[in-house]
Amino acid sequence: MTNATATVERNRWLTAAGWRSLFRDRPVIPLIVLLGLLVVVSELVRPGVVSPGWAGVILRTAVPLAILAGAQTLAMLTGGIDLSVGAVASMSGFVVATLVGGPGLGVAIAVAVAAAALAGLVTGIGVGIFKVHPLIMTLGMSFVVLGLANVWQLQMVQTGSGVPAEFRSIGSTLVFGVVPYSLVVFVPIAALILFSLRRTGYGRLLYAVGDNPIAARLSGTRPWQVLILLYIVTAVLAAIAGFLYSGLTNTASVTLVDTQVLPSVAAAVIGGTSILGGRGGFGGSIVGALILTVATSLLSSLGYPEAVRQILFGAIIVLVAAAYTRVTSEG
Amino acid sequence: MTASAPAVEERRARPLRGILQRNGWTLGLLGFLVVLLVFTKVIQPSYGVSGIQGLAIAVLPLALAAAAQAVVVIAGGIDLSIGSMMALTSVIAAARMDDQSAEVGVTVVVLVLVIGLVLGAVNGALVVVTRVPDIVVTLAMSFVWAGAALLVLRTPGGGSVEWLRDLVLGPFGNEWIPRAAIVLAVVVAVIWIPLQRSRLGLSFYAIGSNQLAAFRSGVSVGWTKFLAYVVAGLFSALAGIMLLASTGIGTPVPGPYTLLSVAAVVLGGVSLAGGRGGLVGPVIAVVILSLLRTDMTFMRLNTNLATVAQGVILVGVVMLGTFLTLRRKAE
Repeated sequence: MTNATATVERNRWLTAAGWRSLFRDRPVIPLIVLLGLLVVVSELVRPGVVSPGWAGVILRTAVPLAILAGAQTLAMLTGGIDLSVGAVASMSGFVVATLVGGPGLGVAIAVAVAAAALAGLVTGIGVGIFKVHPLIMTLGMSFVVLGLANVWQLQMVQTGSGVPAEFRSIGSTLVFGVVPYSLVVFVPIAALILFSLRRTGYGRLLYAVGDNPIAARLSGTRPWQVLILLYIVTAVLAAIAGFLYSGLTNTASVTLVDTQVLPSVAAAVIGGTSILGGRGGFGGSIVGALILTVATSLLSSLGYPEAVRQILFGAIIVLVAAAYTRVTSEG
Repeated sequence: MTASAPAVEERRARPLRGILQRNGWTLGLLGFLVVLLVFTKVIQPSYGVSGIQGLAIAVLPLALAAAAQAVVVIAGGIDLSIGSMMALTSVIAAARMDDQSAEVGVTVVVLVLVIGLVLGAVNGALVVVTRVPDIVVTLAMSFVWAGAALLVLRTPGGGSVEWLRDLVLGPFGNEWIPRAAIVLAVVVAVIWIPLQRSRLGLSFYAIGSNQLAAFRSGVSVGWTKFLAYVVAGLFSALAGIMLLASTGIGTPVPGPYTLLSVAAVVLGGVSLAGGRGGLVGPVIAVVILSLLRTDMTFMRLNTNLATVAQGVILVGVVMLGTFLTLRRKAE
């Protein structure tokens, strides 16, 4: 009996099918192995670089990216994509920086989150009710948000602006030089997303809508409600990431987070979330964000220019996505 | 707008009505453009020769980018790497042409066009071979091409040979006819008209409207899709060269061309679902988008509102399109 089970267990690790099912069902495990390899390589090429302080800096950089990747993951689970996260995040950070001097931090945050949620609501209505392709809808929304943020910028030139000290400390402080303070924000959010996706009805609905929208509708779901709420959630997540980015970089600019949109998609794709919907999860995206951050730091420590980093990022995304496509279609 | 079989029969029966029906959207756009030009002249009586010249030069690179996007979208795909391919091809041309003779310039142009074909071929091959969704592949390749562009030129630089600049700057015969417009018309006509009338062009529409049906009627789906990306690569290289010709300098950082090309394609009546539309609509849409921006400056509106307007128009048109499709289905 025990013997037979052991054989089965061993076979699972020996056969190609076993590996495929591992990649398919638990992509987080191979990803963590990949992350570990990257850390080892970092240590090998620059002995002594890997230290608790280094890990803290990596985490601090990865946290806002992971939040953006979380927003992206949720959108991708329904078969969508949110290209407006960059514009919404930048706008939110900027709005807070311009308002904090006047009405105070609380009001500033409330206004920024409300503005983000409004953008998300409009996106959700477009995608859910008017059936605009999410790529187009969020692209259009990013133009709208960027333009309005620029208008706001011109209005606010006189009052001056500055990133609030609270954001700076949350975004960039390392407690004991190791633990990033931003985990205070990140851990509850991550726990909430992970829990909702696995254990709540709404999480299941995201998968259902992405996997087969017609089946979801026929079984009584109203996809438009799911989608409207989804895009409000992604916009609010983007706003939070925007706060952290403005604190991390100590800058308030209406285009601050634009460069992070593609990495957020990359993190989700590397993490095993299918852009076609219905497959994936947030755990993989967190590891994906960490992998991208470690890879970035590795490349810059090797003295490679930004250009090489971009080329490798692109190549990694294609390779990983191709690997996923292979294991999921043949398994 | 498509040259499908029933449309051909109808064209024989009632020629004029058929033409009107098939080109309804394009003619509507053209009408709107005329109205917009009249409106521009009314609000800014001094708008004239120089305005038209500036418009044509500003429009040229984006119009070619829109043409590239249109070909891929007609074939049922999407190419998010067009802006990066433009950046790469234009910096290669700028770096090689700087202070060179006219003859060298000709060689460089030919070389860059070949590079464009190769870039498109890489995109297409990856999409077809890996079977990863085209959004992911081309998004990833946009990193790769943009990184390669930074390797060629780290900062804006290089230059253009004189004849290339003369090709697009200035009037052609009559002062009202900008050379840039002639170049655009000739380039698009020389590539697209023979293509659209060929077996390959018909195959683009076929795989765009129904891949399975196309496959069963003997179209080689993979090969056709591959060639669509190759053609897009060629148009992107042309766009890159024209970008260099109109600005006189190579810029390694991709402009907003990818996203604007998607906007122009949608406005131009090419369905994102594939299989519908042509190249004339998107080109007119580019002119409209550019003119709208100019008008907003004339009206002393904040130019940032032009960005907002672009987003609203993009989303609005898609909503309208979906609405019309739904109503047609209901009937």
